[in-house]
Amino acid sequence: MYDMKALYEAESVENAVALRLEHPEAQIIAGGSDVLVQMREGKRAGKELISIYGLDELRGVSIDEDENIRIGSLSSFSHITRDPIIQKYINVLGEAVDMVGGPQIRNIGTIGGNTCNGVTSADSASTLHAWEAIVELTGRDGIRRLPIKDFYIKAGQVDIRVEDGEIQTAILIPKASYENCYGYYIKYAMRNAMDIATLGCSVNVRLSPDKQTIERARIAYGVAGPVPMRCPSAESAAKDKPLTLTTAEEFSLAVLNDIHARDSWRASKAFREHIAVEMAKRCLIESIKRAGGVIK
Amino acid sequence: MSKVGKSEIRVDAYDKITGRTKYYEDRMPAGALYARIKHSAIAHGFVKSIDKSAAEAIPGVVKVLTCFDVPEHCFPTAGHPWSMDPGHQDVADRNLLNRHVRYYGDDVAVVIAEDEVSAMQGVRALKVEYEELPFVLDVQKAMEPDAPLLHENFSGNILKHTDIRKGSYQEAIKEPGLIKVEGWYNTPTVQHSHIENHGCYAYEENGRIVIVSSTQIPHIIRRIVGQALGRPWADIRVIKPYIGGGFGNKQDALYEPLCAWCSTQVGGKLVRIDCSREETFVSNRVRHAIRFHIITWLHKDGSIAARKVECFSNQGAYASHGHSIVAKAMGSFPQIYPCDNFEGDAWTVYTNRPVAGAMRGYGMPQASFADDANIDECAKAVGMEPLEYRMKYIMPKGFHDGFSGNTNYYDSFRECLEKGKEYIEYDKKREEYAKDAGPIRRGIGVAAFWYNTAVYPISLETSSNRMLLNLDGTVTMQCGETEIGQGADTAYAQMTAEAVGLKSYHDVRVISCQDTDITPTGLGAYASRQTYVAGFSIRQTATLLRQKILQYATKLTRQAVDNMDIVDGNIVRKNDGMVLMSLKELAMTAQYNAADSEHITAESTFTIRNNAYSFGCTFADVEVDIPMCKVTLKKIINVHDCGKLINPALAEAQVHGGMSMAIGYGMSEQLLFDEKTGRPLNNNLLDYKLSTFMDHPHLEAQFIENPEPTSPFGTKALGEPPACSGAPAIRNAIYNATGVAIDTVPITPHVLYAEFSKAGLIHDSWKEEK
Amino acid sequence: MSQYKLVRFNLNGKDVEKMVDVRASLTDMLRNDYHMNSVKKGCEVGECGACNVIIDGEAYNSCIYLAVWAEGKHIRTLESLLGPNGELSDIQQAFIEETAVQCGFCTPGFVMTAVEILETNRLYTDDELRKLLSGHLCRCTGYENILRAVKKTMYRRLGLPLPE
Repeated sequence: MYDMKALYEAESVENAVALRLEHPEAQIIAGGSDVLVQMREGKRAGKELISIYGLDELRGVSIDEDENIRIGSLSSFSHITRDPIIQKYINVLGEAVDMVGGPQIRNIGTIGGNTCNGVTSADSASTLHAWEAIVELTGRDGIRRLPIKDFYIKAGQVDIRVEDGEIQTAILIPKASYENCYGYYIKYAMRNAMDIATLGCSVNVRLSPDKQTIERARIAYGVAGPVPMRCPSAESAAKDKPLTLTTAEEFSLAVLNDIHARDSWRASKAFREHIAVEMAKRCLIESIKRAGGVIK
Repeated sequence: MSKVGKSEIRVDAYDKITGRTKYYEDRMPAGALYARIKHSAIAHGFVKSIDKSAAEAIPGVVKVLTCFDVPEHCFPTAGHPWSMDPGHQDVADRNLLNRHVRYYGDDVAVVIAEDEVSAMQGVRALKVEYEELPFVLDVQKAMEPDAPLLHENFSGNILKHTDIRKGSYQEAIKEPGLIKVEGWYNTPTVQHSHIENHGCYAYEENGRIVIVSSTQIPHIIRRIVGQALGRPWADIRVIKPYIGGGFGNKQDALYEPLCAWCSTQVGGKLVRIDCSREETFVSNRVRHAIRFHIITWLHKDGSIAARKVECFSNQGAYASHGHSIVAKAMGSFPQIYPCDNFEGDAWTVYTNRPVAGAMRGYGMPQASFADDANIDECAKAVGMEPLEYRMKYIMPKGFHDGFSGNTNYYDSFRECLEKGKEYIEYDKKREEYAKDAGPIRRGIGVAAFWYNTAVYPISLETSSNRMLLNLDGTVTMQCGETEIGQGADTAYAQMTAEAVGLKSYHDVRVISCQDTDITPTGLGAYASRQTYVAGFSIRQTATLLRQKILQYATKLTRQAVDNMDIVDGNIVRKNDGMVLMSLKELAMTAQYNAADSEHITAESTFTIRNNAYSFGCTFADVEVDIPMCKVTLKKIINVHDCGKLINPALAEAQVHGGMSMAIGYGMSEQLLFDEKTGRPLNNNLLDYKLSTFMDHPHLEAQFIENPEPTSPFGTKALGEPPACSGAPAIRNAIYNATGVAIDTVPITPHVLYAEFSKAGLIHDSWKEEK
Repeated sequence: MSQYKLVRFNLNGKDVEKMVDVRASLTDMLRNDYHMNSVKKGCEVGECGACNVIIDGEAYNSCIYLAVWAEGKHIRTLESLLGPNGELSDIQQAFIEETAVQCGFCTPGFVMTAVEILETNRLYTDDELRKLLSGHLCRCTGYENILRAVKKTMYRRLGLPLPE
């Protein structure tokens, strides 16, 4: 039995927005795998909840008229992994969310919840950053879209305007971001299942048409700082470079200019930096292979 | 045909696989009051005051009880047999709730409410004011003269110190040319993590207290609750239903005394205490973290000239099982790798950590890690191959230990090692892996363990049981040794069928649920004793039951008792094997005979003044990804000599579970504490890294079945042994793969990063540039 | 004071409805209101899998699923597998035969995930099965015999010989 003050069940997105405006103190609950755990811990005890779990219109993956990949915010991890559009265009996202917790968690956990709780360790977040995802919010004034890097404000805080009744309704991957792009994600954790990332690294590349150089490389980490982050130094270190081990090494060492790993009881800064470099290298090499490139 | 030695289906399998089995919570009558505990938020200090007004104002809160309300006298909690000798009694250092709090998570108050949410709200609403004292988490720091003192009567925080002196270590090390191998070995605080948390409920009935608890030791709980509440022990009735694992945590009085007392404080109403997972990690029991200092002096041929072992056992805040664990650990050293000149010292030391108690292996996973890590170094120091070293120097056949009276009747160790060697393809793989020089390197490691079955001669070993001939010719059997998931009931059914002469183990009804008002007094599940000790009383009681059956049969068959036997559920004439009548016919006749009715039962107690060596080993095959600081366990095998197997399939399953625990012990599990506050950091199943389905390779379990001469069924310990030698085997495999000797478990990526950096295997160039 | 809601759903093939406290988890409702003894509580935060049930064909930890969300759903617990005369299903039989049951506390949750896996009618490798079963913790078995039981049933259902 949860220590919950009241529960409001939204019947539509519009209704969810109205409930949010009516109950600004209430917490949105999507799948509940984070919110209910926090409520039990006492962190959110005695709060009101607005459940959007029943909003089936927020589930599913599609390609919209602008050729964006549109992922409904309530899409569960397991559905994302199994989705043919995801598998065709951004398989790495499906692979990344297939490393969240365990199978039951992947059935209940949603990509919207994973991003809205603003934690740096979210397995979806580094890939969404590396693919420059757009977050779609719906509020009383309609739809607001913003790049995912702007959506994350600080640890545990994202740009959702409660005063406007906003809820997250979709995550979009623009065509320019996914076209001809191949990626790889490594989750570094202490166990092979039921774990949170000590560090998550997502890399993707687009090769030149002759597959001789890297046209564009993007990399993002989870747990390398308070929020998921891109590594501009590393990305420029790889741009237009040949497919060599030297490129991979330069790329991987350059991440140190960008990341802000810190000491915590979960891992030391030195250890995180060490594996960050190694993971960047391995992710880049694997991404190149997936893009049809050959490392020389 | 023999009823033992067969892989029979568990007697409780059907109910468990259909979800019908009733654990304590499933038996709870409706309307129980919820008691929730307020735990200390400091590691050491005194509770100055508790403001309960806000909690009492919450609707649904019935009563708030605090450390200022409880009886003053102390009680012990260890699940040990009671001793009539005050010098051997467990240390009584517990109160139901504590004013002097000694660890972060200690119990200071309890809120009793009509529902779970109100109880939790009540706990959160309590305002506790503390006077904080300095605290100490490290075992050796706790022994320093200026360390904070936890218990007045134990100076230097030393709960107990014992030693072993054999030959003369000091004289022996004077021999010229000896090679010294010295090391410090650290083992972690880990937790049992049975999937069912501990919980219990209590109520008064006819002036007595009834407690239903998830426990391994119902009869011992009766005694401890009596002691804690200051009531005659017979005033207490403890019922043990099926339990969802125990592994030693539930071999201790956990919250039964507090729950019983809470019930008495609300007019004998039904009160429940259900531990959350977070509480189970911190406020139940943990495994002793033991630090070892070993100095081994070797002759050039590798033989041990002298050995010194110091053991520092971190007891945590209260005595619980106390010194027994490290005493057992220390005792193993001069036995498994015998040495004529041995000096051992063991200290059990109070610290401000959660309370350490019994846990599967009882000191041996710790000792096995330290000993077999050191032995690998010894082999290296004299240029010997580690398996060859063990083959040469491990306990020989015929070895006798004067204290336990145990004799090594067979060459079990070498037989086990040979078997493991073959499975793991030891020679071939060692040769092949020696060529690895890149970032990925492979290795094979081996370790052995020693284990004594049951607790004789340290404590009382006794087993009682009762058998009843049913009207259908089956036999009902009950004893105080408990089923906790390991399969004891099935082994009992097989042994009883064998000893009485029934057709099948299906013809035995084992009463699984112990009730101290009904069940013959027994001690419970611990010390890997169940099958061994119950075997004695089953054989004895079955003999009595057979005598009674045959005496009655004499009246019906006119055959002499000596000329009859019970075979496959029938009374048969010995000379020609003719079936005279079935047990069913006999039972019906005996019961309903208007002139001579008899209800045929037998009951007896067997005092076991024996012990038995149980041995085995682990071989591990690992792949180490050096840059990623990751170890993958590719293959692992445990080989055990636990005597004759009563049920091979269940024995194999027991070994799997122990191996899994050992893998966690070696690679991932550890309860962590904040150095600044003493607060536990990872007391949940996400942050405490229990192995998952994806963290194991296939677990291979094999056996050597040398019949144990002291046991009526040729059997000996298996419950705990599988958890012992896994961690050092993994450690030695990593050593073989990388040349890096790691003397701390668990060997996590953090440890590997530090060790590989130190050894120059990984080199972060940027660290110097900065 | 407390907020209640009528929750109608299909439980193990039967349409049911009850007024439920909105604060209840699905575990609370199944255990307390419908006496589904097989649904166990081991952590209450979705880490151990002991409370696992199947909702509309997918496995969920019922401890972190609100009872009111059951509205309109088809929910199956271990109790649904038993035949009318107490016959065991193939997967239950396999768990027994392979000694995959010890203390039994994690067992119902595991079996229900196995049901979800088997209903895909696909052949999985050992590694895939390990991953599909990884949402459950077990301290007794080391998972070894559970893998054997699920694998054996998978091969049987697909009509394939079990590899050595």
